[in-house]
Amino acid sequence: MTANKPLLYGLVAIVGLVAPFVFPAYVAQFAFAWLFILFALTWDAQGGQMGYNSFGNILYFGVGMYVCIVVMVGYSYNVAEYTAPGGEKAFTFSTHQYIIGLALGTIAGGIASAILAIILGSGILGLRGHYFAIGTLGLGIAAGELAAGWDFIGAGSGVAAPVFPDAMGSRSLFFYFVFFAITVIAFFAYKWLYRGRFGLAINAIRDDEDKAEAMGLPTTHYKTMSWMVSAFFLGLVGGPVGLLIGFIDPRDTAFAGVTFGVWMVLMAILGGKGTIWGPVVGAIVFLIFKEVFWIYLLQWQQVALGALIVVIVVFFPQGIMGFLREQWPERFGHRVEETPLNDMNVRGEGEA
Amino acid sequence: MSQLLEVSNVSKTFGGVVANDDISIQVPEGAIIGLIGPNGSGKTTLFNSIVGYHPIDGGSIRFQDKEISSLRVPDIARLGMLRTFQQTRIYGEMTCVENMLISTPTRDEGFLGLFRDHRAEDMEKAEQLLDFVGLYSKRLLFAGDLSFGQQKLLEFAMALMNEPKLLLLDEPTAGINPTLINGIIDRLKRANADLGITLLVIEHNMRVIMNLAEHIYCLAHGQLLADGPPDVLRDDQRVIDAYLGAH
Repeated sequence: MTANKPLLYGLVAIVGLVAPFVFPAYVAQFAFAWLFILFALTWDAQGGQMGYNSFGNILYFGVGMYVCIVVMVGYSYNVAEYTAPGGEKAFTFSTHQYIIGLALGTIAGGIASAILAIILGSGILGLRGHYFAIGTLGLGIAAGELAAGWDFIGAGSGVAAPVFPDAMGSRSLFFYFVFFAITVIAFFAYKWLYRGRFGLAINAIRDDEDKAEAMGLPTTHYKTMSWMVSAFFLGLVGGPVGLLIGFIDPRDTAFAGVTFGVWMVLMAILGGKGTIWGPVVGAIVFLIFKEVFWIYLLQWQQVALGALIVVIVVFFPQGIMGFLREQWPERFGHRVEETPLNDMNVRGEGEA
Repeated sequence: MSQLLEVSNVSKTFGGVVANDDISIQVPEGAIIGLIGPNGSGKTTLFNSIVGYHPIDGGSIRFQDKEISSLRVPDIARLGMLRTFQQTRIYGEMTCVENMLISTPTRDEGFLGLFRDHRAEDMEKAEQLLDFVGLYSKRLLFAGDLSFGQQKLLEFAMALMNEPKLLLLDEPTAGINPTLINGIIDRLKRANADLGITLLVIEHNMRVIMNLAEHIYCLAHGQLLADGPPDVLRDDQRVIDAYLGAH
């Protein structure tokens, strides 16, 4: 597997760059594929690698989305006038205003979410198991209700995203590459984090947190850091998603717990929790299922999706990568190695 | 010899149950000290109190002349005092080598240490220690797939990897077959002699503890019943009564 890695990455990069031009009709779906991979990756950093099943990561997505829109509008106009009912119709964005505003807003969204994760994490990450899951579930719902009651950001009637300037060409294609870039950066960021102590430490927390503490690991730092990284990437991508969809509803787009919030969990489980490729595979397979259901089972799509969830949880709890690892453990390097340690003289002297 | 660990008049109650009542023990640097007592006599509670797992109700615990009774578990572990668990605890879904690599000392690790890669010398040491406990050939298997005895050995190797000054072992030979027990005694003694690790050992197996420890404390009903060298304690009528249930 190791030898083929450059080949694999090259292949993914080529597909990623070429696909939207070969199948222009599916650009939006491809954009969502990258988004879903990012969702699954960021969720897996807690739910899979660290054993903290978070149902509230959607919070950071929503916060990033709102922060981005507010910063982007605020860069050029008065936010309160823009979010007043019907107000956004009076405002147009030039290419310059749109690009600079988007860049500032996206970064601000990521940073705001990351800071929020540090603050919330110091309290909520003290909860364990089911209590953490329920606590985070509350976070996402509460955030949606708060946003729906705040006039400055459009309250319950939501806010329309700034209109994409005609001069910039295809909106879908533009955001396809934004999602592509963010997801690729996130993938390698996680890969870098998982390669060394960080990866093993959060795995240790998953397997036995009391033991990890007893061994002197600064578990609180690791947990907060893991959540912060996920929050950053979710916050980063939130704004662009809002702009691609075009309208931000507090409960259905930004803090969409029952759709995006549940899907990110499902995709990670489907692909295989606790592996770096699991979320990638899971997101793609899930998206295919979802699109097929929406096309061929219209009106029954939610039922079919619900049935899929049940099937995954009952029959596939270890996911695709987990299943493969169970079937062929040697392929993943888990084997008995009979060759003795050649440096035997060290043993005689003791380890002092 | 200076005292590495000094437990003075420690008490701990859970509701109405007095688990530890005014217990004082001393662990000199470089020694192997035993802690025995019938089931429910408060041995593991004392361990938990020492390593900061729960707050104590009264008394003081000093490690290297520093009061540690109000510190948290990871902070105490970073000072160089480690414990193993009676119900063996390893990271089941990680390989043995990974279990070892994450057990390196975190004492002088700053913030950036959270993200660093594994060092070559850590890997080398991990493999040597796995070889020391006879698990080298299984190093790439998941720790959770090992037998109970092997997990116990792995947990011991992980503790050594951390280079503690004091190691608290909670029944290191429980559930291990008699032939392997000799190996464990040998390895504990070597860890003490070669690596300079002070040991405080809870043990039910009298043959093991009499062989291993130079000084033994005996608890019963949460109180310190007796203490002394193994051969003195062995003949102490109170200890025999406590174990055999005489009244």
